[in-house]
Amino acid sequence: MKPKALIITGYGINCEEETAQVFDSQGAEAKIMHLGDIIKNPACLNDFQILAFPGGFSYGDDTGSGNAIANKIKNNINDELLRFAQEDKLIIGICNGFQMLANLGLVPAINNAYGERRVALMHNAQARYECRWIHVKTSSDKCIWTRNIDSLHIPIAHGEGNFYTDEETLKQIEANDQIAFRYTKEDGSPANGEFPHNPNGSLQDVAAICDPSGRILGMMPHPERFHCATNECGWTLKRQKLLREGKDLQQEGDGLKLFKNAVTYFTS
Amino acid sequence: MLNYPRAPILIMAHRIEIITEVNDTKSQVLTERLKRENFPVQSAKVIEVYTINKDFTDPQLKKIAEIFTNPVIQKFAIDSPIQSENFSFALEIGFLPGVTDNIATTARESIEDLFKTKFTEEESVHTSTLIFLDGKITEDQAKEIGNALANKLIQRIHIKSARQFETDKGMDIVVPKVHLTAHQKADEVNLNISEEELLKLGKEGILDEDGTRRGPLALDKESLDTIKKYYEKEGRNPTDIELESLAQTWSEHCKHTIFAAKIDDNEEGLYKGFIKKATQGIRKQKGQDDFCVSVFKDNSGGIVFDENWIVTDKAETHNSPSALDPFGGAITGIVGVNRDTIGFGKGAKPVINKYGFCVGNPQDEEAIYRDKALTNRALSPKRILQGVIGGVNSGGNQSGIPTPQGFLYFNDRYKGKPLIFVGTVGLIPRTLNGKDSCEKQAKKGDRVIMVGGRVGQDGIHGATFSSEALSQGSPATAVQIGDPITQKKLSDAIIKEARDRNLYNSITDNGAGGLSCSVAEMAKECGGCLVNLDQVPLKYPNLDPWKIWISESQERMTLAVPPEKVTEFMELMESRGVEATDIGEFNDSGRCVVELKGEKIMDMEMNFLHDGLPRKELKTTYTRPNNPEPNFAEPKDLTETLHRMMERPNLSSFAFISRQYDHNVQGGETIGPLQGKGEVNGEASVTKPLFSSNKGVVCSQGLYPTYSDIDTYHMAACSIDTAIRNNIAAGGNLDHMSLMDNFCWCSSNDEERLGQLKAAAQACYDYATAYGTPYISGKDSMFNDFSGFDKGGKPTKISVPPTLLISSLSVMPNVHKAISLDAKFPGDLIYVIGETYPELGAGEYYNMMGEEIGNSVPKVNTEMAIKTYRAMMQAIDLSLIASAISPTYGGLAPALAKKAIAGQLGMKIDPSAIIQKEVSRQDHLLFSETQSRFIVTIAADQKGRFESTFRNVPFAQIGETTEEPNFEIKGLIKTTVQNLSEHYKKTFKNW
Repeated sequence: MKPKALIITGYGINCEEETAQVFDSQGAEAKIMHLGDIIKNPACLNDFQILAFPGGFSYGDDTGSGNAIANKIKNNINDELLRFAQEDKLIIGICNGFQMLANLGLVPAINNAYGERRVALMHNAQARYECRWIHVKTSSDKCIWTRNIDSLHIPIAHGEGNFYTDEETLKQIEANDQIAFRYTKEDGSPANGEFPHNPNGSLQDVAAICDPSGRILGMMPHPERFHCATNECGWTLKRQKLLREGKDLQQEGDGLKLFKNAVTYFTS
Repeated sequence: MLNYPRAPILIMAHRIEIITEVNDTKSQVLTERLKRENFPVQSAKVIEVYTINKDFTDPQLKKIAEIFTNPVIQKFAIDSPIQSENFSFALEIGFLPGVTDNIATTARESIEDLFKTKFTEEESVHTSTLIFLDGKITEDQAKEIGNALANKLIQRIHIKSARQFETDKGMDIVVPKVHLTAHQKADEVNLNISEEELLKLGKEGILDEDGTRRGPLALDKESLDTIKKYYEKEGRNPTDIELESLAQTWSEHCKHTIFAAKIDDNEEGLYKGFIKKATQGIRKQKGQDDFCVSVFKDNSGGIVFDENWIVTDKAETHNSPSALDPFGGAITGIVGVNRDTIGFGKGAKPVINKYGFCVGNPQDEEAIYRDKALTNRALSPKRILQGVIGGVNSGGNQSGIPTPQGFLYFNDRYKGKPLIFVGTVGLIPRTLNGKDSCEKQAKKGDRVIMVGGRVGQDGIHGATFSSEALSQGSPATAVQIGDPITQKKLSDAIIKEARDRNLYNSITDNGAGGLSCSVAEMAKECGGCLVNLDQVPLKYPNLDPWKIWISESQERMTLAVPPEKVTEFMELMESRGVEATDIGEFNDSGRCVVELKGEKIMDMEMNFLHDGLPRKELKTTYTRPNNPEPNFAEPKDLTETLHRMMERPNLSSFAFISRQYDHNVQGGETIGPLQGKGEVNGEASVTKPLFSSNKGVVCSQGLYPTYSDIDTYHMAACSIDTAIRNNIAAGGNLDHMSLMDNFCWCSSNDEERLGQLKAAAQACYDYATAYGTPYISGKDSMFNDFSGFDKGGKPTKISVPPTLLISSLSVMPNVHKAISLDAKFPGDLIYVIGETYPELGAGEYYNMMGEEIGNSVPKVNTEMAIKTYRAMMQAIDLSLIASAISPTYGGLAPALAKKAIAGQLGMKIDPSAIIQKEVSRQDHLLFSETQSRFIVTIAADQKGRFESTFRNVPFAQIGETTEEPNFEIKGLIKTTVQNLSEHYKKTFKNW
């Protein structure tokens, strides 16, 4: 049975199509639904095993990135969502979706306090929207989405990705193995807050965190934008190298691995 | 008439202030900026302010404040200052009444959702920014800071000293609502007036009772006489709404009267006789292989992408609005051209955004003024550039459309009026619901449905204003603010849902001229319309009827919905948060009728409205200049010369823009804006728009405004060749390539300027025909002149150099074969393909040397160029090319430098190997801008196959790439890649 993935859209979310396509390509059955329709019929959440909050600019980042839409969700389908979060199901929030998850308190949900707002994604330290490819390294054993992934070359595109939380929370997130990705330099060594390796000034180079169960992942980078090899920054150099070795460039991009992991969780 | 009431009035308004307590980037950035601009500021602390103009209880207000505050990092205060010390001045910037306040719209929606309540028309939310300035600053300096941060056309500034702040217990509660005096009727406009008065009416607008004029109609004597005659026949005078409507519809901006006019003895005129003719001829020539689907007739042009899809293209300018409010002008420009995609056929999805900013020298801070009293200062080129960059950033990023393609171009003559190009590529299935997706027709009985934003005073006279030179009388109401999220909701609801459910028969954009143009345009499809203005949703009450009709308030489209589908359509829009209103009916009455409170205020023959405009007859002259040739000696140090060239704004890196524009959303990025490890801005981009197909869209462009100073014919030819060549270099396909023409001219009532225009149009015909690349869409903007005063009060006119932007779009079969410009591996061979002539006239090198521009403008040899391009396509298909760049501004040396920087590899080059004709100086060889050339690198073991592919065109191996990062052109230039890179990235380093 193909796991069903619900991709939320509406109000300025804009990465729903490519997010649905990567889920489909990895064996899920993705359905894009407008948040307004979900609010009308919250029971529809029961039909799905995976829930995705895609990237975008919900409400144009007005009143804070991912804030207005998180308020709308809380005002209307809070109970249903919290129930989904605590079932044996998967949730991913990418970029603006991560900002939503943070504001909804679905991550980090320390001590299973789902719904409690503990982390913030603030304006990038260099105070500008930044679109570039960066490197991340997996640092959580429990995160289901990042299984068998060591590191990734992956794009970011955001104005507010500067991860911040208080010291105590950070300690707990670390102690609970809830840091899913950290920004690194190209050679895999820590970015140490250095721009552009850490592209936004995130505390401790944090690029992604998960909930205590490892089922809910919030990440700033965009794995769905690396679905084919020719997406990758520098692929033409890679292709030249391969050509000279008598090989050709592969078709798939490494970003698909996360979505494969999600599908495998339900099918294996 | 506007007035600015000070609250509290009527309703008790509340004020919520929010402070960010950690990592307050906004405040840090502002502090740094003010220090950099030499204000004696120690710190600037930014506070977000929400003014809630509605009664709420204290617990309710607390809840409201909580939803706007991030508890991890922020704190709030309600109806009391959040900070009351550690500052010398408090400076608040808010919007003027009636100006779109996007954050406030979201805030209101959030409050409504929180309490499941609705705001009444009298109730509202407003946002502002409060800045606490600390340091030894004077009140004048605080004012100066306010002026630097705010645009007074759209924003209010309120300053209080610390003492005043303490006395008043904080800032004031200001509710910037528009209050208009009711004038809800149409006025009769008497045309039986003296000729002088009539001309004044055309130039300055309708005379109001108070003696003021309503703003330009841009109607000339002939048009006015024709209108007068029409109303004599009707036996009455026109109403104001009728006259305004005619002015919009007949404007140069909408009707392209100059391109449509008979010109000298050319009966067909520039458009039919050159541009359209080229396309028609090419399509005929291509026969079975014709890939054009919909050209010149719709909001965008469309060509075949594959058996199932059409790709569309459109480029626009938003010059006049950007001169007044760069951010607003650019954001409305980009989201406006997105609507030209959404309005193509039954609705295409925007998949690529493009931009091009032609502005004055960013270092030029010398003031120019719009008025003789020197009070109305034009914005500096730097301020304009920063604003337009921000506008396209907001518009493009928030809409979720990638922006991989763009350029900057600088010239002193763009100081008075910048040229702000914006473009969008779209994708639409070839058939929808079993019908051709390009076909659309409003039918008799269809309802006229307006969707999107509400109508306000913004953008009154946009169409007629842009048909006039920018001067003191330019209306501030021409300023519009964009709201990308309202449009995103609209766009999604239309192209992702309503379109595929077949809920409408026709759709078009509400752009220039607003409803007056969109409704009347669609009414042509069935033969008439009846509109009820009472139904049009307004931003504030009491808007004059003529203003409702022609307002260019943004984010609106007009649709023709069959009556039986209206309910379903309206329900869909409602559920998606999109306002949709039934404002009338399409019919076949032959007349365009507008009613207000049951009375006809406009009743005009459709034929007259659309075709009554008398056709112009234009005369031209063109005296080509004979410029003195420069006679400077060849520089001794060509290394230093190249370094200086790399710093030229037209050649230098603009990575700071590329990085702040999302270029990989939608997941199709293949060749992006920055290439190679060294991150060099490329001239072309490649996008793979479909998940399941390897086909790609290659975009590029060409423009050489300074060449117009020598010969506009060759200027146009070079622009075309460059747009095509750049495209081919990235892997583009000459057999499946379309072009667009965007003319931005100046003083187009001057016979010489028209002569230059005609020569450029002739070249457009000649070269597109030779290359077989049809125009599919185009636009012109004919009066890019600034009339004002210099700092001494002396009248000054600044006209842009005649500018033609040619955009190219091609479909490549397999994006895996796309080529980037960066040199790949050490030991690769470097080739120059094509011959080099001493063609430096009006080019970057002569411009840098600051002497004469000469006459040696590059000339394009299409026969040789086509052979070259075909060989290049073959070599790319055979995977023989490792990297490619097409030399443009500054010629070979800067192009080689860019390849080295991008690849982070050295180069060893023998300049004598370059195939050259009549070149007598080494600096000419290095910097000549001869067209139709490529520089490529290849793997050494491909030498034989490569050279045999190019056997019919001139080429030469000129050197090799090296591991050591030294850049050497034997006997002429010796530097390092690091050095080149520093110069290349220096000019905009701190932007």
